[in-house]
Amino acid sequence: MNDDLAIEASGLAKSYRDVPVLAGVDLDIPRGSVFALLGPNGAGKTTTVRILATLTEADAGQARVAGFDVRRDRSQVRRRISLTGQFAALDEAQTGEENLRMMGRLARLGRAEARQRAAELIGRFDLTAAARRRVGTYSGGMRRRLDIAASLVGRPSVIFLDEPSTGLDPHSRLTMWRVIEGLAAEGVTVFLTTQYLEEAERLAETIAVLDGGRVIAQGTAAELKQRVASQRLDLTCSSPAAFAEVSRYVAGQASHRDEASLTLGVPISGSAAEGSAAQIRALLDAADPGRTLVASFAVRGASLDDVFLTLTQHDHAKETAHV
Amino acid sequence: MSNALVSNSLTMTGRSLRLSARSPEALLTALLLPVMLMVVFVYLFGGAVSIGTRYVNYVAPGVLLLCAVTGASTTAVTVCQDMTGGIIDRFRSLDVRGTTVLAGHVVASLLRNFASTVLVVAVAVGIGFRPHASAGDFAAALGVLLFFVAAVSWLAAAFGLLVRAPEAANSVMMFLMFFTYASSAFVPVRTLPWWLRGFAENQPATPVTETIRGLLVGGATPLGSALAWCAGIMVVSVALSAILFRRRTAA
Repeated sequence: MNDDLAIEASGLAKSYRDVPVLAGVDLDIPRGSVFALLGPNGAGKTTTVRILATLTEADAGQARVAGFDVRRDRSQVRRRISLTGQFAALDEAQTGEENLRMMGRLARLGRAEARQRAAELIGRFDLTAAARRRVGTYSGGMRRRLDIAASLVGRPSVIFLDEPSTGLDPHSRLTMWRVIEGLAAEGVTVFLTTQYLEEAERLAETIAVLDGGRVIAQGTAAELKQRVASQRLDLTCSSPAAFAEVSRYVAGQASHRDEASLTLGVPISGSAAEGSAAQIRALLDAADPGRTLVASFAVRGASLDDVFLTLTQHDHAKETAHV
Repeated sequence: MSNALVSNSLTMTGRSLRLSARSPEALLTALLLPVMLMVVFVYLFGGAVSIGTRYVNYVAPGVLLLCAVTGASTTAVTVCQDMTGGIIDRFRSLDVRGTTVLAGHVVASLLRNFASTVLVVAVAVGIGFRPHASAGDFAAALGVLLFFVAAVSWLAAAFGLLVRAPEAANSVMMFLMFFTYASSAFVPVRTLPWWLRGFAENQPATPVTETIRGLLVGGATPLGSALAWCAGIMVVSVALSAILFRRRTAA
């Protein structure tokens, strides 16, 4: 037990009908930090969140959230956390204000207090104009904002956000990021899951990569990048046909693909001679044996996408093998 | 924390009432359908039924029961809708108990049915229903009817937890309506075919209708049996729905 940790989990395991979803997840998340759990679909992100938020019981392992055991002191944990899932937890037939007031009452606020808190959150989340409209008429971005506002009525100290920007347009996503940055500035602990590396990199101090029910890497964005490949070789092809051909040569290695600019990115990693002229030359020869396909190349710092794809490559190899 | 329990139940009841007031289907089922049923039974079937007394006086309590059943069974739909959305997780993460959420739906169902009962009685009186009952009898009849509504609402809530789609939840209404048809609600049990008589005499709709009818227009009043049935349905449904809620949300 450590008082500086908002969330500590060890050996969390969970199976559904003999299919293992989590196979021993360990997490240590300091108070007041933003943590991102990154992983592809089916990695076990939602299951992890549901266990930590006391909604699902783990088959094995222990977890403490906000200082309380998720199994033994469930009510205590629930008073200190909030969860915003992938599906809006709102009543479509109630107005935004009514939803917030209801959640406030359920979070043990008095009637007047609940009304005041609702008004405060409506202002903060830029929903004033829509406050008295039914949620059924809201756009996806407004709904998500109201959903997060609703999760904040009881002033939780740990906030779980399960894929907060999935399904949002770029503008709404940016607004959502500002909201999350605002929460972090207030000193609450934010635990978010995401499939977007850009999102994790922008918002989180610590990132854990979850794949196949295990944390396969953990650290800051910079540390993760360093762990796998610090650099990437971008190959710009001479024609769409050449692009297709080079794609075949580099097969599963490419971590970046941009058809519009005919560019493929390959992580440079693995050897002590990382980024050396000899290694670049070898990679170019492998990608373009006839020396006609690649028009130009550039060596750049790796993005988190490169990390993610390298770490989870075994899965993608399996997936492509089925096709 | 019984204080939180009461306060949460009130909040959930307010929510359920607002939701049903804003759902055109729910309003239609709660108010228009009962009135139609009363008119249909008295005018369309009433002419063909001869039971030695004015049919409207016989059938009005039966229609009240049928309305109670249709009204209460919408609880299955509202509960099922809650379970298929994300809102139950939010409630649970606010430490609201499943029973509290269900109680909100049941109390809202009671209030909806109280409104429709008043309306149906008014319509019945308008088309010739002449109860001769004291204020005490009236109150007792209403009490039995609402106890029955509470029991059936809770049963419907359990059904709403069992099925996965609101459309399927709606089918509980058909199933429960059968019980009122195969009872003394619309025709005396003695006029039923012999193989149905045994069932009709030993299922809840008959003693509950007879009790309400007895209190309102006179005749046999099997109050004890009616109350026992309602209490039985209630206890079993509350226990069953608690188990189903746990199982449904365990995943």
